[in-house]
Amino acid sequence: MSRTEVRITGFGGQGVVLAAYIIGRACSVFGGKHATMTQSFGPEARGAACSATQIISDTEVLYPYIVRPDILIVMSSDGYDTYRDELKDDGILIYEKDLVHPILKKRQPSFGIPSTRIAESLGRTIVQNIVMIGFFGAVTQIVSREALRKGVEASVPPGTEELNLKAFEAGLAYFDDEYGKKKTKKPAKAAAAGKSD
Amino acid sequence: MEADPAGVLTGAHYFDGDFACGEGAMAAGCRFVAGYPITPSTEVVERISRRFPLIGGTFIQMEDELASMAAVAGASWTGTKSMTVTSGPGFSLMMENIGLATMMELPCVVVNVQRGGPSTGLPTMVGQADIMQARWGSHGDYETIALSPQSPQEAFDLVIDAFNLAEIYRTPVMFMMDECVGHMSEKVVIPKPEEIEIVPRKLTTKSPEEFLPYVPDENLVPEFARAGDGYKFHTTGLTHDERGYPVMSAECQELNVRRLVDKIRRNAEKIVRFEEEATDGADVVLITYGITARVARMAIDIARKKGVKVGVIRLIVVWPFPEKHIRELAKKIKAFVVPEINYGQIALEVERCSAGNAATRLVSHMGGGVHNPQDIVDAILEAAK
Repeated sequence: MSRTEVRITGFGGQGVVLAAYIIGRACSVFGGKHATMTQSFGPEARGAACSATQIISDTEVLYPYIVRPDILIVMSSDGYDTYRDELKDDGILIYEKDLVHPILKKRQPSFGIPSTRIAESLGRTIVQNIVMIGFFGAVTQIVSREALRKGVEASVPPGTEELNLKAFEAGLAYFDDEYGKKKTKKPAKAAAAGKSD
Repeated sequence: MEADPAGVLTGAHYFDGDFACGEGAMAAGCRFVAGYPITPSTEVVERISRRFPLIGGTFIQMEDELASMAAVAGASWTGTKSMTVTSGPGFSLMMENIGLATMMELPCVVVNVQRGGPSTGLPTMVGQADIMQARWGSHGDYETIALSPQSPQEAFDLVIDAFNLAEIYRTPVMFMMDECVGHMSEKVVIPKPEEIEIVPRKLTTKSPEEFLPYVPDENLVPEFARAGDGYKFHTTGLTHDERGYPVMSAECQELNVRRLVDKIRRNAEKIVRFEEEATDGADVVLITYGITARVARMAIDIARKKGVKVGVIRLIVVWPFPEKHIRELAKKIKAFVVPEINYGQIALEVERCSAGNAATRLVSHMGGGVHNPQDIVDAILEAAK
């Protein structure tokens, strides 16, 4: 039974929960997988280290909480400090490289992206989380780019689809430019997936 | 009867259990909700209050839970499918008027997204400790119907069944979610309106002159006359006769209250609903419900790999309890294992129905999280010895 645990963390307002929601919707509604999401409730969702978790599996998810994530997506340094130790020893770290300066570990493939800067260059910082989703999709290949694209398109406020899809494509492109062609780092292809159960 | 298309959002969605419950209620034809929003149930009314204006429903944010339940009872008298939504502390406050709705025989649904208790307990964290309160939380003798979903999809599907059961038996139905199911998001498929079976209010065909509000049919359920349709009668929480007037006597109490209980008890075999797997030839059978049912399935897989013959009964309808079935099963197995997020509530019922024929082993969790599957495995292995 494959089971991939993902934690997404950032500060409240960065769209942490929406990012997790879109990934779950893409995987389950458009990608033919099972995806179970839980999220933090409380004041942290309004500014402090906020987090959401997603369990993606080919079979029904029985245990709804993550134990140790296979993939950690970090969009704030607070979130990194809070959750860095729980990432599996061979888990994948994906981070906002202007905001988070992680201590990289050899066995944890890590992928950084200046997603906020990219979002700003598109005209709206608010789409930073969507840039990150594109990057996440390219890094992990856990679900097809097409399914993720549909997830984004269906989940963002009406009228903002074009901007958000641009942001999504920018996340994909950043990976292809920085990691894909150089082949210094291959896509992790959900490297840690399937090892947890 | 088919569902009113207005309330049915056909398609594949990604919803949390609370949203799914709200959508299920609207698909079931619910058009009145009164509540006092409380974590972790707030998203149910968030969803409903946003969608109701588009489909002709009325949502009122009340001053408290007592008023909420009273408004739901009143709305039900108009023939409108009605619901309130709450969590533990609010559920306690609703008990008085749940009794009133039970005594007046008003179809309605009470959603309780259970969190840790007692009192304000753990507002944002899971519990399953209101299961016994759902049964007899209001005073006096009555029987209730309660359902417990294990996923957002079931929150949608089962709340429709809850509304239908409320109509069939003219009684409040408790929809016992838990915070974990309420706050987890998963794929939820909403069928087409014509694929959703709806039970309408069983309105009387009698004229206002010959109608008596509390004459039972063969199922012990009286016919209904809506307020505003010209039927003039009295209704009360006091013990009443077939005309609805108070009669303070042991004889009337006997007729009134025995029927109230019997309409559920005598129809229990029709109402009980559970999923059963591999109980034939099993040594140990798990009794599960709600989120715990999912976690327990992990434990079952592990125990089976260790060679234990383990089956499972997942309660979909928790009340009435599948008493007959458990009694029979108890004669064939070594033990029941009951994991629940409380200090032993359904386990008591299992133990009672086992009548000493099989052991009952509770795996309790005090709330704030779900069981570690290993704790359930350990109990299964112990029970199989």
